[in-house]
Amino acid sequence: MSMNRQGRKTQPGTPEESLGDQPTHSGNRGLLIEEPLLFELGDTQTTGVDLPDLPESAHDNETRFGDLARREPIGLAGLSEPETLRHYVRLSQKNYSIDTGIYPLGSCTMKHNPRLNENMARLPGFMDIHPLQPQSTVRGAIELMDELAHWLLELTNMKAIALSPKAGAHGELCGMMAIKAAHEHAGHDQRNIVLVPDSAHGTNPATAALVGYRVRSVPAQKDGTVTAQSVKEALGDDVAAIMLTNPNTGGVFEREIVEIAELIHEAGAFFYCDGANFNAIAGKVRPGDLGVDAMHFNLHKTFSTPHGGGGPGSGPVVLSERLAAFAPVPFLLHDGEDSRLIENAGDVGAGKLHPFGRMTAFHGQFGMFTRAMSYMMSHGADGLRQASEDAVLNANYIRASLSEHMSLAFGEDHICMHEVLFDDEFLRDTGVTTLDLAKAMIDEGFHPMTVYFPLIVHGAMLIEPTESESKASLDQFIEVMIALTRDIREGRSEVFTAAPRFTPRRRLDETGAARKPVLRWSPE
Amino acid sequence: MRYLPLSKQDRRDMLAKVGVEHIDELFADVPKDKLLSDLPELPLHAGEMEVEQRLSRMAARNLSAGEARGFFVGAGAYWHHVPATVDHLIRRSEFLTAYTPYQPEISQGTLQVLFEFQTQVALLTGMEVANASMYDGSTATAEAVLMARRVTRRNKAILSGNLHPHYRDVVQNMAHFSGGDLVLCDPAFDGAEELAAQIDDETACVVVQTPDFFGHLHEYSELAKAAHDKKALLIVVVTEIVSLGALKSPGEMGADIVVCEGQSLGCGLDFGGPYVGLFATRQKYIRQMPGRLCGRTVDADGKSGFVLTLSTREQHIRREKATSNICTNSGLMALAFSIHLTLLGEKGLRHLADLNHANAARLAEKLADIKGVELLTRRFFNEFTLKLSRPAGAVVDVLAEHKILAGVPVSRLLPGEKEAENLLLVAATERVSERQMDQLARALKEELA
Repeated sequence: MSMNRQGRKTQPGTPEESLGDQPTHSGNRGLLIEEPLLFELGDTQTTGVDLPDLPESAHDNETRFGDLARREPIGLAGLSEPETLRHYVRLSQKNYSIDTGIYPLGSCTMKHNPRLNENMARLPGFMDIHPLQPQSTVRGAIELMDELAHWLLELTNMKAIALSPKAGAHGELCGMMAIKAAHEHAGHDQRNIVLVPDSAHGTNPATAALVGYRVRSVPAQKDGTVTAQSVKEALGDDVAAIMLTNPNTGGVFEREIVEIAELIHEAGAFFYCDGANFNAIAGKVRPGDLGVDAMHFNLHKTFSTPHGGGGPGSGPVVLSERLAAFAPVPFLLHDGEDSRLIENAGDVGAGKLHPFGRMTAFHGQFGMFTRAMSYMMSHGADGLRQASEDAVLNANYIRASLSEHMSLAFGEDHICMHEVLFDDEFLRDTGVTTLDLAKAMIDEGFHPMTVYFPLIVHGAMLIEPTESESKASLDQFIEVMIALTRDIREGRSEVFTAAPRFTPRRRLDETGAARKPVLRWSPE
Repeated sequence: MRYLPLSKQDRRDMLAKVGVEHIDELFADVPKDKLLSDLPELPLHAGEMEVEQRLSRMAARNLSAGEARGFFVGAGAYWHHVPATVDHLIRRSEFLTAYTPYQPEISQGTLQVLFEFQTQVALLTGMEVANASMYDGSTATAEAVLMARRVTRRNKAILSGNLHPHYRDVVQNMAHFSGGDLVLCDPAFDGAEELAAQIDDETACVVVQTPDFFGHLHEYSELAKAAHDKKALLIVVVTEIVSLGALKSPGEMGADIVVCEGQSLGCGLDFGGPYVGLFATRQKYIRQMPGRLCGRTVDADGKSGFVLTLSTREQHIRREKATSNICTNSGLMALAFSIHLTLLGEKGLRHLADLNHANAARLAEKLADIKGVELLTRRFFNEFTLKLSRPAGAVVDVLAEHKILAGVPVSRLLPGEKEAENLLLVAATERVSERQMDQLARALKEELA
């Protein structure tokens, strides 16, 4: 052991000197700091803001509000400003994020979130404007919405757009409402069935049910795709629409999509495309060319607006010529040089437009429009196309690199789009499950892929690297995955079943959480 | 391109590994004639400077609240001061760029925030439980009506005429498509509305708002009793959450579901979104609740921790039988809300509420003195309705030319309502200065003279 002249060690101690897993006095472990609940830290008398004094003219609560004055304490805890920062910074350090490392959640598209977008959304001219200011004072905001609409319509070759839906599932709802409104307008009330492949995301059947449709399942092939033949068999004059995700939830492009669209149209139904995976084909394929009638985007997937730990999303919907008249309010109307926001259905008069109603208060997730616009302008037509190609290349690179070590759900020769699907065949009789492998990846410093989705594959593992990963990052990921599969083959199952070991918390009792739900803190 | 790390050499090497020569071989499943050979007709990539310039030019065409000589616009979205700490914290990578906390071991940060958020919302609304947030107040209201239909197994909802018209439209749209019956009451500009008599044995819920769209404050305890007598639910909507710092909570009045727009805390105006919907109810209804829920549990070492729970209600398990099709919440805005409320604390929130009311009261006094102005709202929080001697829309437009954003003409949200034509909604938050109040008063006086 070498020492410097102050008697301080200049090299770490030997393993024999380490204390291993012994607990610390504080419960903290270095940078992993235990953080109590806000309500255990703060109290009702502490505040972290300095507000102006009340004017002398102000009356007390009872005089002002009488029986409506709040009399009882609320129980809200407050912290000073430095304590607040520390509380939330410590909490943040218990999260994995895109900026931490690869986040290969299939179908979630965890791509890089450029910070330019954040700055642009915070320009006072965008951030500090009210949705109900006179339109003459928000020309720039309307211009931005118009520009965003132009890009989205151009990328899809569609005719109209509804910008207001708040998230992907809300966009689905909007698209299906437009379809139902069109059928109602045409007097096709007998159409009450929506075809949904059994490989679809859960929001699809849930949305169909919400607008009062019944779901008829269409059997998917082994790779989750749907054939024109199976659609034909399910079609009838009671069918209002089909909901199809393309590329599908297994990362495969629907090969017979054009034939399917033709069949749907011949039968007098509409084609709803779930655009959750548009990031694989932006700049390469236009859904309008395929016969799609309505499709939502997830601006938080394809166009890089941040996921924020679970929202806010944004789910604009593009509509074909056949559905263009049935957008909700508000919508943009070109009016000379500038566009106008039409806010009330009554404002269009009797004519070609039949707006069906309102999806949300105000005009939608404008803050996300700014971010998406900043992203698209940065990429441009060439960059968007390159991003799609890189996303597909990265997924196929993982597919090719792991094909011998894990089991590809659709066989070794099956190319994929932006995400690659494995099943748990390679885990058979090893004592390790898909979940165990996911948890072991956490110990290795990776966020796991999506597990147990889509449902059509046993023990599914859906890996979506996105275009944001460098080759070095992918190689590192691949190398560790191969090493883990070697551990599995060599029977080191405890590495997996005990995982994760190096996280702020180990596996949590989800069954107990659901059986006796504790959804809030309560004073003792 | 700065967002794409692969070099040309990387791409060549990777294509070789995959065993194809050209990227389009990986798009082989796309019908040949549908694969674009040309780029879309859109501009090419641009550097940061250029994007900044283009977007800044657009932003400069807007009159922002800070640039205005007075800002009095409300009607469901309010210009409050958000402490700098809030925005700093929500921009942290670990909050901003994380996904929904599906892997709880590496998401305890987001999960603990949600648990604290749920507690704050429950306390503020006076309810037993709250969810992890909704898209916004209007969609939360539509979800509350759907939930009331599930709980009561009845189909009819009675909507107060003083509910925010956009909220009413959203509920109406959802009811139209999902097959719900609605009773839509006419607006009561004076705030006096008789709803109890309309509740019958087929009523699932009554939906009311306080402060209501016109600013009137309401005591709904009697209405709650009337609803409960008929086994219907009372849904109370709050679009200005700061008001709950001064006013009796809907929970104390006997509400069964409380939905709020949480925008006032933590969120900017953002031209209408993203905001954050709050949703609170009674413990006994949690399995009928929409949206994400975070629950407390223990880990394998017995340590306390958090998970998303009761997901058997949700679409990814229940598919077409789910309580809602919602797949996300408004996570980052819920975080912003929670941080802002933590900074305020109970003491700060109460003071903020008092300031808002004091400013509004002072403004109302100044404006009510003007010839051609009548104050319609007697008891209000930070927003009230004026009846002008002329149509309010034109007045607002003229004042906007002088950079005074005087408020929201009611006719913008209630078009065709003859009696609403001259009504102006005016809001005053803690940001409004005495000078701005005087400027508005002067301008309004001149305009109405």
